[in-house]
Amino acid sequence: MSSKPVPSPDAETAPFWDAAAEGVLKIQKCAGCNEHVFYPRLVCPHCMSDELDWVCVSGCARIHALTIVHRSTAPFRDDLPFAVAIVELEEGPRMMTRVLTDTPETLRIDDPVKVHFAPQGDGPPLPFFEPA
Amino acid sequence: MGANFRDAVAIAGVAESEVGVLPHRTEMQLHAQAAKRALDDAGIGLAEVDGVLSIGSSRGTRMPSVQVAEYLGIMPSYSDSTSLGGCSFEAYVQHAAFAIDAGLCNTCLITYGSTQRSGGAGFGGGTDPWLAASQFETPFGLPMMTGAHALAASRHMHLYGTTRAQLADIAVAARKWAQLNPAAPRHEDLTVEDVLSAPMIASPLGKFDCCLVTDGGGAVVVTRSDRARDARQPPVWLWGSAETHTHSSIANMPDLTVTPAARTGPAAFKSAGLMPSNMDLAMIYDSFTITALMTLEDLGFCAKGEGGDFVSGGRIAPKGDFPMNTQGGGLSYTHPGMYGIFLIVEAVRQLRGEADARQVSADLALVHGTGGALSAGSTLILGKEPRR
Repeated sequence: MSSKPVPSPDAETAPFWDAAAEGVLKIQKCAGCNEHVFYPRLVCPHCMSDELDWVCVSGCARIHALTIVHRSTAPFRDDLPFAVAIVELEEGPRMMTRVLTDTPETLRIDDPVKVHFAPQGDGPPLPFFEPA
Repeated sequence: MGANFRDAVAIAGVAESEVGVLPHRTEMQLHAQAAKRALDDAGIGLAEVDGVLSIGSSRGTRMPSVQVAEYLGIMPSYSDSTSLGGCSFEAYVQHAAFAIDAGLCNTCLITYGSTQRSGGAGFGGGTDPWLAASQFETPFGLPMMTGAHALAASRHMHLYGTTRAQLADIAVAARKWAQLNPAAPRHEDLTVEDVLSAPMIASPLGKFDCCLVTDGGGAVVVTRSDRARDARQPPVWLWGSAETHTHSSIANMPDLTVTPAARTGPAAFKSAGLMPSNMDLAMIYDSFTITALMTLEDLGFCAKGEGGDFVSGGRIAPKGDFPMNTQGGGLSYTHPGMYGIFLIVEAVRQLRGEADARQVSADLALVHGTGGALSAGSTLILGKEPRR
Protein backbone atom coordinates (compact mmCIF):
# COMPACT_ATOMS: atom_id res chain seq x y z
CA MET A 1 0.00 0.00 0.00
CA SER A 2 1.50 3.31 -1.07
CA SER A 3 1.86 6.00 1.55
CA LYS A 4 0.03 9.30 1.57
CA PRO A 5 1.77 12.25 -0.08
CA VAL A 6 3.46 14.60 2.36
CA PRO A 7 4.73 18.13 1.80
CA SER A 8 8.40 18.72 1.01
CA PRO A 9 9.11 22.15 2.47
CA ASP A 10 11.35 24.36 0.35
CA ALA A 11 13.02 27.76 0.70
CA GLU A 12 9.74 29.53 0.03
CA THR A 13 7.48 27.50 2.32
CA ALA A 14 9.80 26.63 5.22
CA PRO A 15 8.40 29.36 7.53
CA PHE A 16 4.89 27.91 7.10
CA TRP A 17 5.99 24.37 7.96
CA ASP A 18 8.28 25.52 10.79
CA ALA A 19 5.28 27.25 12.38
CA ALA A 20 3.10 24.20 11.70
CA ALA A 21 5.58 22.12 13.69
CA GLU A 22 4.82 24.46 16.62
CA GLY A 23 1.06 24.15 16.06
CA VAL A 24 0.78 27.70 14.73
CA LEU A 25 -0.85 28.81 11.46
CA LYS A 26 1.39 31.43 9.88
CA ILE A 27 0.82 32.98 6.47
CA GLN A 28 2.20 36.02 4.67
CA LYS A 29 0.92 39.59 4.86
CA CYS A 30 1.90 42.22 2.32
CA ALA A 31 3.42 45.41 3.73
CA GLY A 32 2.60 47.16 0.47
CA CYS A 33 -1.18 46.60 0.36
CA ASN A 34 -1.96 44.96 3.73
CA GLU A 35 -3.53 41.91 2.09
CA HIS A 36 -2.93 38.49 3.60
CA VAL A 37 -1.42 36.09 1.08
CA PHE A 38 -1.60 32.29 0.79
CA TYR A 39 0.18 30.21 -0.61
CA PRO A 40 3.68 31.61 0.12
CA ARG A 41 5.20 33.78 -2.57
CA LEU A 42 8.19 36.02 -3.25
CA VAL A 43 5.94 38.81 -4.54
CA CYS A 44 2.41 39.85 -3.61
CA PRO A 45 -0.23 38.72 -6.18
CA HIS A 46 -2.28 41.84 -5.37
CA CYS A 47 0.36 44.57 -5.79
CA MET A 48 3.67 42.84 -6.63
CA SER A 49 5.38 44.28 -3.57
CA ASP A 50 8.20 42.03 -2.39
CA GLU A 51 7.70 43.04 1.23
CA LEU A 52 5.82 40.02 2.49
CA ASP A 53 5.96 39.42 6.24
CA TRP A 54 5.10 36.16 8.00
CA VAL A 55 2.30 36.68 10.53
CA CYS A 56 0.31 34.44 12.86
CA VAL A 57 -3.38 34.16 11.99
CA SER A 58 -6.32 33.02 14.11
CA GLY A 59 -6.87 29.64 12.48
CA CYS A 60 -10.59 30.44 12.38
CA ALA A 61 -12.31 29.88 9.04
CA ARG A 62 -15.59 29.00 7.36
CA ILE A 63 -16.27 26.22 4.89
CA HIS A 64 -16.42 27.83 1.44
CA ALA A 65 -16.85 24.70 -0.68
CA LEU A 66 -17.16 21.08 0.33
CA THR A 67 -17.04 17.58 -1.07
CA ILE A 68 -17.39 14.22 0.60
CA VAL A 69 -14.91 11.98 -1.16
CA HIS A 70 -16.14 8.44 -1.80
CA ARG A 71 -13.43 7.32 -4.20
CA SER A 72 -9.79 8.39 -4.09
CA THR A 73 -6.32 7.16 -4.88
CA ALA A 74 -4.88 4.13 -3.10
CA PRO A 75 -3.15 5.92 -0.20
CA PHE A 76 -6.45 7.44 0.95
CA ARG A 77 -8.75 4.44 0.53
CA ASP A 78 -8.76 3.46 4.18
CA ASP A 79 -10.09 6.92 5.10
CA LEU A 80 -13.14 6.91 2.81
CA PRO A 81 -15.50 8.66 3.03
CA PHE A 82 -13.83 11.91 4.10
CA ALA A 83 -14.50 15.62 3.73
CA VAL A 84 -12.25 17.88 1.65
CA ALA A 85 -13.04 21.57 1.78
CA ILE A 86 -11.85 24.91 0.59
CA VAL A 87 -12.01 27.04 3.74
CA GLU A 88 -11.89 30.82 3.86
CA LEU A 89 -9.72 32.13 6.67
CA GLU A 90 -11.02 34.97 8.83
CA GLU A 91 -8.18 37.02 7.36
CA GLY A 92 -9.35 36.42 3.78
CA PRO A 93 -7.25 33.79 1.96
CA ARG A 94 -8.65 30.40 1.07
CA MET A 95 -6.93 27.04 1.64
CA MET A 96 -7.67 23.49 0.68
CA THR A 97 -7.91 21.17 3.67
CA ARG A 98 -9.56 18.10 5.06
CA VAL A 99 -12.21 18.63 7.73
CA LEU A 100 -11.72 16.07 10.47
CA THR A 101 -15.02 14.70 11.76
CA ASP A 102 -16.70 11.35 12.28
CA THR A 103 -19.82 12.67 10.59
CA PRO A 104 -18.72 14.36 7.34
CA GLU A 105 -22.28 14.21 5.98
CA THR A 106 -23.41 16.74 8.60
CA LEU A 107 -20.97 19.42 7.44
CA ARG A 108 -22.39 22.39 5.55
CA ILE A 109 -20.97 25.30 3.58
CA ASP A 110 -20.52 28.36 5.85
CA ASP A 111 -19.96 26.16 8.94
CA PRO A 112 -17.24 27.61 11.20
CA VAL A 113 -14.08 25.51 11.46
CA LYS A 114 -10.78 25.84 13.31
CA VAL A 115 -7.30 24.71 12.34
CA HIS A 116 -6.03 21.48 13.88
CA PHE A 117 -2.48 20.44 13.05
CA ALA A 118 -1.90 16.71 12.82
CA PRO A 119 0.88 14.65 11.27
CA GLN A 120 0.46 12.55 8.13
CA GLY A 121 3.09 9.88 7.64
CA ASP A 122 6.63 11.18 7.98
CA GLY A 123 5.76 14.71 6.91
CA PRO A 124 5.33 17.88 8.95
CA PRO A 125 1.99 18.42 10.74
CA LEU A 126 -0.69 19.37 8.20
CA PRO A 127 -3.24 22.16 8.67
CA PHE A 128 -6.39 20.08 8.93
CA PHE A 129 -9.53 21.80 10.20
CA GLU A 130 -12.29 20.60 12.53
CA PRO A 131 -15.75 21.90 13.30
CA ALA A 132 -15.50 24.91 15.65
CA MET B 1 -10.07 40.92 -25.74
CA GLY B 2 -11.39 38.79 -28.54
CA ALA B 3 -9.61 38.46 -31.84
CA ASN B 4 -11.09 39.49 -35.16
CA PHE B 5 -9.75 37.86 -38.28
CA ARG B 6 -12.73 38.64 -40.53
CA ASP B 7 -12.43 36.10 -43.30
CA ALA B 8 -8.64 35.80 -43.40
CA VAL B 9 -8.62 32.15 -42.37
CA ALA B 10 -10.87 29.11 -42.36
CA ILE B 11 -10.92 25.51 -41.16
CA ALA B 12 -10.35 23.32 -44.20
CA GLY B 13 -10.15 19.85 -42.66
CA VAL B 14 -11.02 17.96 -39.49
CA ALA B 15 -10.72 14.37 -38.34
CA GLU B 16 -10.65 12.08 -35.40
CA SER B 17 -8.25 9.20 -35.10
CA GLU B 18 -9.67 5.93 -33.90
CA VAL B 19 -11.30 6.59 -30.53
CA GLY B 20 -12.33 4.33 -27.69
CA VAL B 21 -10.16 1.64 -26.09
CA LEU B 22 -7.00 1.32 -28.19
CA PRO B 23 -4.34 -0.81 -26.50
CA HIS B 24 -2.84 -1.54 -29.94
CA ARG B 25 -2.07 2.14 -30.60
CA THR B 26 0.62 4.54 -29.42
CA GLU B 27 -0.06 8.20 -28.78
CA MET B 28 2.08 9.29 -31.71
CA GLN B 29 0.14 6.97 -34.01
CA LEU B 30 -3.08 8.66 -32.96
CA HIS B 31 -1.58 12.10 -33.72
CA ALA B 32 -0.44 10.82 -37.11
CA GLN B 33 -3.62 8.97 -37.97
CA ALA B 34 -5.74 12.03 -37.19
CA ALA B 35 -3.32 14.32 -39.07
CA LYS B 36 -3.45 12.16 -42.19
CA ARG B 37 -7.23 11.94 -42.07
CA ALA B 38 -7.64 15.70 -41.56
CA LEU B 39 -5.31 16.56 -44.44
CA ASP B 40 -7.11 14.01 -46.64
CA ASP B 41 -10.41 15.58 -45.58
CA ALA B 42 -9.10 18.97 -46.68
CA GLY B 43 -7.43 17.61 -49.81
CA ILE B 44 -4.28 19.45 -48.76
CA GLY B 45 -0.87 17.81 -49.00
CA LEU B 46 1.70 17.53 -46.24
CA ALA B 47 4.08 19.75 -48.23
CA GLU B 48 1.72 22.68 -47.74
CA VAL B 49 1.77 22.43 -43.94
CA ASP B 50 4.05 25.11 -42.53
CA GLY B 51 2.52 25.49 -39.07
CA VAL B 52 2.36 22.81 -36.35
CA LEU B 53 0.40 23.19 -33.12
CA SER B 54 0.34 20.27 -30.72
CA ILE B 55 -0.05 19.54 -27.04
CA GLY B 56 1.57 16.12 -27.21
CA SER B 57 -0.02 13.78 -24.70
CA SER B 58 -1.62 13.99 -21.30
CA ARG B 59 1.68 12.77 -19.86
CA GLY B 60 3.38 16.12 -20.23
CA THR B 61 5.54 15.55 -23.30
CA ARG B 62 8.55 17.83 -23.68
CA MET B 63 8.61 19.93 -26.88
CA PRO B 64 5.37 18.42 -28.20
CA SER B 65 5.09 20.33 -31.48
CA VAL B 66 8.73 19.47 -32.25
CA GLN B 67 8.15 15.77 -31.59
CA VAL B 68 5.00 15.62 -33.69
CA ALA B 69 6.54 17.61 -36.54
CA GLU B 70 9.55 15.32 -36.72
CA TYR B 71 7.38 12.20 -36.80
CA LEU B 72 5.22 13.62 -39.57
CA GLY B 73 8.12 15.13 -41.51
CA ILE B 74 7.32 18.82 -41.17
CA MET B 75 9.78 21.71 -40.76
CA PRO B 76 7.38 24.52 -39.91
CA SER B 77 7.72 28.29 -39.91
CA TYR B 78 5.24 28.49 -37.02
CA SER B 79 5.32 26.19 -34.00
CA ASP B 80 3.09 26.22 -30.92
CA SER B 81 2.77 23.99 -27.85
CA THR B 82 0.71 26.30 -25.69
CA SER B 83 -0.53 24.18 -22.80
CA LEU B 84 -4.05 25.11 -21.69
CA GLY B 85 -5.22 21.58 -20.99
CA GLY B 86 -8.47 20.60 -22.67
CA CYS B 87 -9.01 23.97 -24.37
CA SER B 88 -5.55 24.11 -25.94
CA PHE B 89 -7.09 23.27 -29.33
CA GLU B 90 -9.54 26.15 -29.38
CA ALA B 91 -6.62 28.42 -28.50
CA TYR B 92 -4.57 26.79 -31.28
CA VAL B 93 -7.22 27.74 -33.84
CA GLN B 94 -6.93 31.33 -32.66
CA HIS B 95 -3.13 31.15 -32.68
CA ALA B 96 -3.12 29.60 -36.15
CA ALA B 97 -5.33 32.45 -37.35
CA PHE B 98 -2.94 35.00 -35.83
CA ALA B 99 0.06 33.33 -37.45
CA ILE B 100 -1.58 33.02 -40.86
CA ASP B 101 -3.00 36.54 -40.73
CA ALA B 102 0.47 37.84 -39.83
CA GLY B 103 2.04 36.04 -42.78
CA LEU B 104 4.13 33.64 -40.68
CA CYS B 105 2.64 30.60 -42.37
CA ASN B 106 -0.15 29.50 -44.71
CA THR B 107 -1.49 26.19 -43.43
CA CYS B 108 -1.52 25.04 -39.82
CA LEU B 109 -1.97 21.47 -38.59
CA ILE B 110 -3.33 21.04 -35.06
CA THR B 111 -2.99 17.53 -33.59
CA TYR B 112 -3.83 15.54 -30.48
CA GLY B 113 -3.35 11.93 -29.42
CA SER B 114 -3.78 10.22 -26.07
CA THR B 115 -3.80 6.67 -24.77
CA GLN B 116 -4.98 7.75 -21.35
CA ARG B 117 -7.36 4.80 -21.11
CA SER B 118 -4.97 2.04 -22.13
CA GLY B 119 -1.61 3.59 -21.30
CA GLY B 120 -1.58 2.82 -17.60
CA ALA B 121 0.23 4.95 -15.05
CA GLY B 122 1.62 8.37 -15.71
CA PHE B 123 -1.57 10.23 -16.59
CA GLY B 124 -3.09 13.09 -14.72
CA GLY B 125 -2.05 11.89 -11.27
CA GLY B 126 0.19 13.83 -8.95
CA THR B 127 1.20 17.45 -8.97
CA ASP B 128 4.45 18.84 -10.28
CA PRO B 129 6.69 19.18 -7.19
CA TRP B 130 7.56 22.77 -8.01
CA LEU B 131 3.96 23.88 -7.61
CA ALA B 132 2.61 25.07 -4.26
CA ALA B 133 -0.32 22.67 -4.65
CA SER B 134 2.05 19.72 -4.13
CA GLN B 135 2.57 20.95 -0.56
CA PHE B 136 -0.75 22.60 0.22
CA GLU B 137 -3.34 20.52 -1.64
CA THR B 138 -2.15 17.06 -2.71
CA PRO B 139 -1.68 15.81 0.89
CA PHE B 140 -5.43 16.17 1.55
CA GLY B 141 -6.46 13.44 -0.89
CA LEU B 142 -8.85 15.26 -3.23
CA PRO B 143 -9.33 12.97 -6.26
CA MET B 144 -8.43 14.96 -9.36
CA MET B 145 -10.11 16.19 -11.49
CA THR B 146 -13.46 15.05 -10.11
CA GLY B 147 -12.84 16.52 -6.66
CA ALA B 148 -12.05 19.99 -7.96
CA HIS B 149 -15.26 20.10 -9.97
CA ALA B 150 -17.21 18.69 -7.02
CA LEU B 151 -16.05 21.62 -4.90
CA ALA B 152 -17.26 24.07 -7.54
CA ALA B 153 -20.57 22.21 -7.82
CA SER B 154 -21.09 22.35 -4.06
CA ARG B 155 -20.71 26.11 -4.12
CA HIS B 156 -23.07 26.51 -7.09
CA MET B 157 -25.71 24.42 -5.34
CA HIS B 158 -25.25 26.39 -2.13
CA LEU B 159 -25.63 29.78 -3.79
CA TYR B 160 -28.25 29.01 -6.43
CA GLY B 161 -30.14 25.93 -5.31
CA THR B 162 -28.94 23.92 -8.29
CA THR B 163 -29.92 20.27 -7.85
CA ARG B 164 -28.30 16.95 -8.69
CA ALA B 165 -31.33 16.17 -10.86
CA GLN B 166 -30.65 19.29 -12.94
CA LEU B 167 -27.02 18.24 -13.39
CA ALA B 168 -28.30 14.78 -14.34
CA ASP B 169 -30.32 16.32 -17.18
CA ILE B 170 -27.00 17.19 -18.84
CA ALA B 171 -25.75 13.60 -18.64
CA VAL B 172 -29.09 12.26 -19.90
CA ALA B 173 -29.14 14.64 -22.87
CA ALA B 174 -25.56 13.69 -23.75
CA ARG B 175 -26.52 10.01 -23.79
CA LYS B 176 -29.52 10.71 -26.04
CA TRP B 177 -27.22 12.45 -28.52
CA ALA B 178 -24.72 9.56 -28.26
CA GLN B 179 -27.51 7.17 -29.20
CA LEU B 180 -27.58 8.96 -32.58
CA ASN B 181 -23.80 8.63 -33.01
CA PRO B 182 -22.67 5.17 -34.19
CA ALA B 183 -19.11 5.95 -33.02
CA ALA B 184 -20.18 6.47 -29.40
CA PRO B 185 -19.34 3.55 -27.09
CA ARG B 186 -22.55 3.55 -25.07
CA HIS B 187 -26.01 3.49 -26.56
CA GLU B 188 -28.07 2.09 -23.69
CA ASP B 189 -30.69 4.39 -22.18
CA LEU B 190 -29.72 6.58 -19.25
CA THR B 191 -32.35 8.19 -17.02
CA VAL B 192 -32.15 10.91 -14.37
CA GLU B 193 -32.86 8.17 -11.83
CA ASP B 194 -29.88 6.15 -13.12
CA VAL B 195 -27.63 9.18 -12.69
CA LEU B 196 -28.89 9.93 -9.18
CA SER B 197 -28.58 6.34 -7.96
CA ALA B 198 -25.10 5.69 -9.40
CA PRO B 199 -22.13 5.45 -7.02
CA MET B 200 -20.93 8.78 -5.68
CA ILE B 201 -17.34 9.70 -6.59
CA ALA B 202 -17.01 13.01 -4.76
CA SER B 203 -20.27 14.58 -3.68
CA PRO B 204 -22.25 16.05 -5.32
CA LEU B 205 -20.79 14.32 -8.41
CA GLY B 206 -21.59 10.68 -9.09
CA LYS B 207 -20.32 8.32 -11.73
CA PHE B 208 -22.50 9.65 -14.56
CA ASP B 209 -21.63 13.27 -13.76
CA CYS B 210 -18.09 12.41 -14.89
CA CYS B 211 -16.81 12.10 -18.44
CA LEU B 212 -15.69 8.85 -20.01
CA VAL B 213 -12.03 7.91 -19.91
CA THR B 214 -10.97 6.87 -23.42
CA ASP B 215 -8.09 6.80 -25.87
CA GLY B 216 -8.21 8.90 -29.01
CA GLY B 217 -6.92 11.79 -31.04
CA GLY B 218 -7.95 14.45 -33.46
CA ALA B 219 -6.62 16.97 -35.93
CA VAL B 220 -7.70 20.26 -37.49
CA VAL B 221 -6.33 22.03 -40.58
CA VAL B 222 -6.51 25.84 -40.58
CA THR B 223 -5.49 27.67 -43.73
CA ARG B 224 -5.66 30.96 -45.65
CA SER B 225 -9.13 31.74 -46.86
CA ASP B 226 -8.17 31.63 -50.54
CA ARG B 227 -6.62 28.18 -50.08
CA ALA B 228 -9.62 27.01 -48.07
CA ARG B 229 -11.97 28.01 -50.88
CA ASP B 230 -9.98 25.74 -53.25
CA ALA B 231 -9.86 22.82 -50.81
CA ARG B 232 -11.85 19.63 -51.01
CA GLN B 233 -14.43 20.57 -48.38
CA PRO B 234 -16.45 23.74 -47.97
CA PRO B 235 -14.53 26.03 -45.61
CA VAL B 236 -15.79 26.66 -42.09
CA TRP B 237 -15.10 30.24 -41.11
CA LEU B 238 -13.69 31.69 -37.92
CA TRP B 239 -15.91 34.59 -36.87
CA GLY B 240 -14.58 35.23 -33.39
CA SER B 241 -12.31 33.81 -30.73
CA ALA B 242 -10.89 34.42 -27.27
CA GLU B 243 -8.83 32.69 -24.60
CA THR B 244 -7.96 33.19 -20.94
CA HIS B 245 -7.02 31.47 -17.73
CA THR B 246 -7.94 32.61 -14.25
CA HIS B 247 -6.09 30.23 -11.88
CA SER B 248 -4.34 26.88 -11.83
CA SER B 249 -5.52 24.96 -8.76
CA ILE B 250 -9.16 24.95 -7.67
CA ALA B 251 -8.30 26.50 -4.27
CA ASN B 252 -7.15 29.58 -6.17
CA MET B 253 -10.22 29.95 -8.39
CA PRO B 254 -11.35 33.56 -7.88
CA ASP B 255 -15.06 32.56 -7.73
CA LEU B 256 -15.85 28.85 -7.73
CA THR B 257 -19.08 29.43 -9.64
CA VAL B 258 -17.62 31.58 -12.43
CA THR B 259 -15.54 29.86 -15.13
CA PRO B 260 -13.10 31.40 -17.60
CA ALA B 261 -15.99 31.41 -20.09
CA ALA B 262 -17.27 34.56 -18.38
CA ARG B 263 -14.25 36.31 -19.89
CA THR B 264 -13.90 34.54 -23.23
CA GLY B 265 -17.61 34.37 -24.11
CA PRO B 266 -18.28 38.12 -24.20
CA ALA B 267 -14.92 38.73 -25.90
CA ALA B 268 -15.59 36.15 -28.62
CA PHE B 269 -19.13 37.40 -29.24
CA LYS B 270 -17.85 40.96 -29.46
CA SER B 271 -15.17 39.98 -31.95
CA ALA B 272 -17.75 38.15 -34.06
CA GLY B 273 -20.33 40.92 -33.82
CA LEU B 274 -22.84 38.35 -32.56
CA MET B 275 -24.82 37.43 -29.46
CA PRO B 276 -25.60 34.13 -27.74
CA SER B 277 -29.08 34.16 -29.32
CA ASN B 278 -27.46 34.01 -32.80
CA MET B 279 -25.94 30.57 -32.15
CA ASP B 280 -27.56 27.52 -33.76
CA LEU B 281 -25.32 24.96 -32.06
CA ALA B 282 -23.26 24.96 -28.85
CA MET B 283 -20.34 22.59 -28.37
CA ILE B 284 -19.58 23.01 -24.66
CA TYR B 285 -16.80 21.18 -22.81
CA ASP B 286 -18.43 18.65 -20.50
CA SER B 287 -15.66 17.03 -18.50
CA PHE B 288 -18.30 16.98 -15.77
CA THR B 289 -21.97 17.96 -15.79
CA ILE B 290 -21.18 21.03 -13.66
CA THR B 291 -18.56 22.18 -16.20
CA ALA B 292 -21.19 22.47 -18.91
CA LEU B 293 -23.81 24.01 -16.62
CA MET B 294 -21.60 26.85 -15.38
CA THR B 295 -20.15 27.43 -18.85
CA LEU B 296 -23.64 27.93 -20.34
CA GLU B 297 -24.30 30.62 -17.73
CA ASP B 298 -20.95 32.29 -18.21
CA LEU B 299 -21.29 32.42 -22.00
CA GLY B 300 -24.57 34.29 -21.53
CA PHE B 301 -27.04 31.63 -22.72
CA CYS B 302 -28.80 32.18 -19.38
CA ALA B 303 -28.24 34.24 -16.25
CA LYS B 304 -25.80 33.19 -13.51
CA GLY B 305 -27.54 30.69 -11.27
CA GLU B 306 -30.17 29.74 -13.85
CA GLY B 307 -28.17 27.00 -15.56
CA GLY B 308 -30.12 24.29 -13.74
CA ASP B 309 -33.43 25.51 -15.11
CA PHE B 310 -31.90 26.09 -18.53
CA VAL B 311 -30.78 22.49 -19.07
CA SER B 312 -34.00 20.96 -17.71
CA GLY B 313 -36.93 19.59 -19.65
CA GLY B 314 -34.96 18.21 -22.58
CA ARG B 315 -33.90 21.60 -23.95
CA ILE B 316 -30.36 20.42 -24.72
CA ALA B 317 -31.38 16.91 -25.82
CA PRO B 318 -32.24 15.84 -29.40
CA LYS B 319 -35.40 17.67 -30.55
CA GLY B 320 -34.84 20.30 -27.84
CA ASP B 321 -34.59 23.96 -28.81
CA PHE B 322 -30.89 24.26 -27.83
CA PRO B 323 -28.76 21.71 -29.72
CA MET B 324 -25.65 21.05 -27.66
CA ASN B 325 -22.86 18.47 -27.70
CA THR B 326 -24.51 16.64 -30.55
CA GLN B 327 -22.02 13.76 -30.82
CA GLY B 328 -22.61 12.77 -27.18
CA GLY B 329 -19.97 14.96 -25.55
CA GLY B 330 -17.23 13.96 -23.16
CA LEU B 331 -19.93 12.43 -20.98
CA SER B 332 -21.12 9.82 -23.50
CA TYR B 333 -18.91 9.94 -26.62
CA THR B 334 -15.20 10.23 -25.85
CA HIS B 335 -12.76 11.96 -23.47
CA PRO B 336 -9.08 11.06 -23.82
CA GLY B 337 -7.96 13.64 -21.23
CA MET B 338 -7.95 16.80 -23.32
CA TYR B 339 -11.24 16.70 -25.14
CA GLY B 340 -11.37 20.14 -26.78
CA ILE B 341 -10.34 19.05 -30.28
CA PHE B 342 -13.46 16.85 -30.55
CA LEU B 343 -15.67 19.91 -30.00
CA ILE B 344 -14.17 21.57 -33.07
CA VAL B 345 -14.45 18.42 -35.18
CA GLU B 346 -18.16 18.05 -34.41
CA ALA B 347 -18.96 21.74 -34.93
CA VAL B 348 -17.30 21.64 -38.35
CA ARG B 349 -19.18 18.47 -39.33
CA GLN B 350 -22.48 20.02 -38.26
CA LEU B 351 -21.80 23.25 -40.17
CA ARG B 352 -20.91 21.22 -43.28
CA GLY B 353 -24.06 19.13 -42.92
CA GLU B 354 -22.20 15.83 -42.41
CA ALA B 355 -23.69 14.77 -39.08
CA ASP B 356 -26.15 12.17 -40.39
CA ALA B 357 -28.80 11.14 -37.85
CA ARG B 358 -27.75 13.84 -35.40
CA GLN B 359 -27.63 16.68 -37.95
CA VAL B 360 -29.10 19.97 -36.77
CA SER B 361 -29.85 23.08 -38.78
CA ALA B 362 -26.82 25.29 -38.09
CA ASP B 363 -25.20 28.28 -39.76
CA LEU B 364 -23.33 29.44 -36.66
CA ALA B 365 -21.77 27.35 -33.92
CA LEU B 366 -20.16 28.21 -30.63
CA VAL B 367 -17.29 26.03 -29.39
CA HIS B 368 -16.03 26.40 -25.84
CA GLY B 369 -13.15 24.43 -24.40
CA THR B 370 -12.17 24.23 -20.74
CA GLY B 371 -8.80 23.19 -19.35
CA GLY B 372 -7.50 22.11 -15.97
CA ALA B 373 -9.53 22.65 -12.80
CA LEU B 374 -11.90 25.08 -14.55
CA SER B 375 -8.63 26.98 -15.01
CA ALA B 376 -8.49 27.92 -18.68
CA GLY B 377 -11.07 28.64 -21.34
CA SER B 378 -11.15 29.33 -25.03
CA THR B 379 -14.16 30.19 -27.17
CA LEU B 380 -14.53 29.97 -30.95
CA ILE B 381 -17.44 31.18 -33.04
CA LEU B 382 -17.58 29.31 -36.34
CA GLY B 383 -19.76 29.99 -39.36
CA LYS B 384 -20.89 28.19 -42.50
CA GLU B 385 -20.47 31.46 -44.40
CA PRO B 386 -17.65 33.99 -44.04
CA ARG B 387 -18.26 37.02 -41.92
CA ARG B 388 -19.35 40.02 -43.97
